[in-house]
Amino acid sequence: MKALCWTGVNELSVENDIPDPRIQNRHDAILKVHLSSVCGSDLHQISGYIPAMREGDVIGHEFMGTIVETGPDVQKHKVGDRVVVCSVIACGSCWFCEHQMYSCCDNGNTNPAITEAMWGTHPAGIFGYSHAMGGFKGSHAEYVRVPYADTIAFAIPDGVEDEAALFASDSAPTGWMGADLGGVQPGDIVAVWGCGAVGQMAANSAFLKGAERVIAMDRFDYRLEMMERHIGAEVLNYEQTDVDLELKERTGGRGPDVCIEAVGLESHAPGPQYRYEQVKQQLRIETDRPHAVRDAIMACRKGGTVFVLGVFVGMVDKFPLGAFMNKGLTMRGAQQHGERYIPELLDRIAKGELKTGHLATHRMSLDDGPKGYELFKNKEDGCLRSVFAPNGAASAA
Amino acid sequence: MDPTNLMLNGLTRGGDIIESTVRKIAGTATTRARTDRWNVVTVNRPPQEVMPDGRLPGPLAEMASEIEVQVRPAPADKGSELAARITRPSDGGEQVPGGKHTGDQRERLRTALRHAKMILETGEVLESDKPSTTRTTITNLPLELALRRAQGTGRL
Ligand SMILES: NC(=O)c1ccc[n+]([C@@H]2O[C@H](COP(=O)([O-])OP(=O)(O)OC[C@H]3O[C@@H](n4cnc5c(N)ncnc54)[C@H](O)[C@@H]3O)[C@@H](O)[C@H]2O)c1
Ligand SMILES: [Zn+2]
Ligand SMILES: [Zn+2]
Repeated sequence: MKALCWTGVNELSVENDIPDPRIQNRHDAILKVHLSSVCGSDLHQISGYIPAMREGDVIGHEFMGTIVETGPDVQKHKVGDRVVVCSVIACGSCWFCEHQMYSCCDNGNTNPAITEAMWGTHPAGIFGYSHAMGGFKGSHAEYVRVPYADTIAFAIPDGVEDEAALFASDSAPTGWMGADLGGVQPGDIVAVWGCGAVGQMAANSAFLKGAERVIAMDRFDYRLEMMERHIGAEVLNYEQTDVDLELKERTGGRGPDVCIEAVGLESHAPGPQYRYEQVKQQLRIETDRPHAVRDAIMACRKGGTVFVLGVFVGMVDKFPLGAFMNKGLTMRGAQQHGERYIPELLDRIAKGELKTGHLATHRMSLDDGPKGYELFKNKEDGCLRSVFAPNGAASAA
Repeated sequence: MDPTNLMLNGLTRGGDIIESTVRKIAGTATTRARTDRWNVVTVNRPPQEVMPDGRLPGPLAEMASEIEVQVRPAPADKGSELAARITRPSDGGEQVPGGKHTGDQRERLRTALRHAKMILETGEVLESDKPSTTRTTITNLPLELALRRAQGTGRL
């Protein structure tokens, strides 16, 4: 089959001789992929910041399609079902899954030792997301094997279009988790760093949780405009204003109640500090650049919560621990616990409450995969997410 | 600061975590570990299901002559703690708590514990996608070696 592969730092290639996936475990299903989206996390892999990538790995983890084969223990789904699949591979029966912390699943990662050595324990697996997260093949392919299909695949309600359901796989539950586990309360003012799909979904979710105002930051005007138009958030271009002072002014001097970081380890910052930190990252003195996390900690009101949705891998420098401690902040983060939220989110998408229809700005064939990533990476041509149709547009009707 | 120095300093700090991790798992870095330690997993099942009538769960049963196994209830709702340690070298020689045994035996034990837990919780051992589509290159060789041992090593 055809698939889009990582072939080295900043190198992708479309390969035609990838073996078709097959049922390997009793809980597996095989999915014919209709739509598969790029995600900010892929950018961290492509740039070589996510460890344990190997030349030839199939990437992609936000996807939907039709089930074409099921293992003997799959009960919830049958051949022909139209489903969206959570990017996180979780078993559904360990203690973490039972407590709805699916991305902490004990049984979803086939290479536990790598992350145990890096982080002290291993999290769940993720599709197309390096060998540290299990080495599972990604969804930018004609077909993909879906382990634990009863737990991680969800039937798409009639009336919800493929393109809207697609984002229930990864960006929507990620944003929702930021608002949910960030503890957004009715009347809160919520600040969101990053106006990509994840930031937009976090802002949309914060409103649905009752936030009175959401203020979102980025430097790309087209992304700020989308955030304003589709989600209804106030927006700030951090290259044109002092975000910290602006947030103080807009929150009566208190600071936002909940700060959601949706940027990750390649964050950008205005001024010389950015170059300095970029060099440190390239020299491997620090692995991750945490500008937006620092800003969020500084901006947050006393006793507020900072939720880190952006992906980080290793060590950061200049973490404002003093501000964190003395302001009495709560800080949380997680890979998304999608299995906990997807049914509710599909319902909210169907009702038009959660707006995902505008996220797919570019739709293309898998052959255009490298081009789709180029647009997404460089934030060109108004690209928010490039979406591939590996089996052709017809299958993705 | 001299850039080489800067880089070397850097490599001894945060930045090297990933490479040193891979080197450790691949076995190309030396580690000193206690040999008589218990390896333990928590299984989300009650003790009577973990070792019914005292029988060892499948993958551990295969190592029965080399290991000592305990099962005890885990606190709160966490199920059972399944612990095992090596008591005899794999060639069947004398008992050796605190003594020497091969790394390979420890790897088999960790793998057996991980698999026992998975079978008890999900009914099977999850496989990674096969065949792999990755190409072996000189730069990813340490990672390939690390992946071969990615169940037998780690912090367990
Ligand atoms: N926790 C999870 O499970 C999960 C799931 C999906 C994505 N992610 C992560 O979320 C992050 C965002 O993903 P995305 O798909 O929206 O990516 P994206 O690249 O589309 O968007 C990131 C945005 O952040 C902006 N940005 C950069 N530096 C900034 C700064 N200092 N302040 C404010 N904005 C800044 C960029 O201009 C860009 O618009 C990534 O790190 C991704 O890896 C996490
Ligand atoms: Zn993602
Ligand atoms: Zn689990």
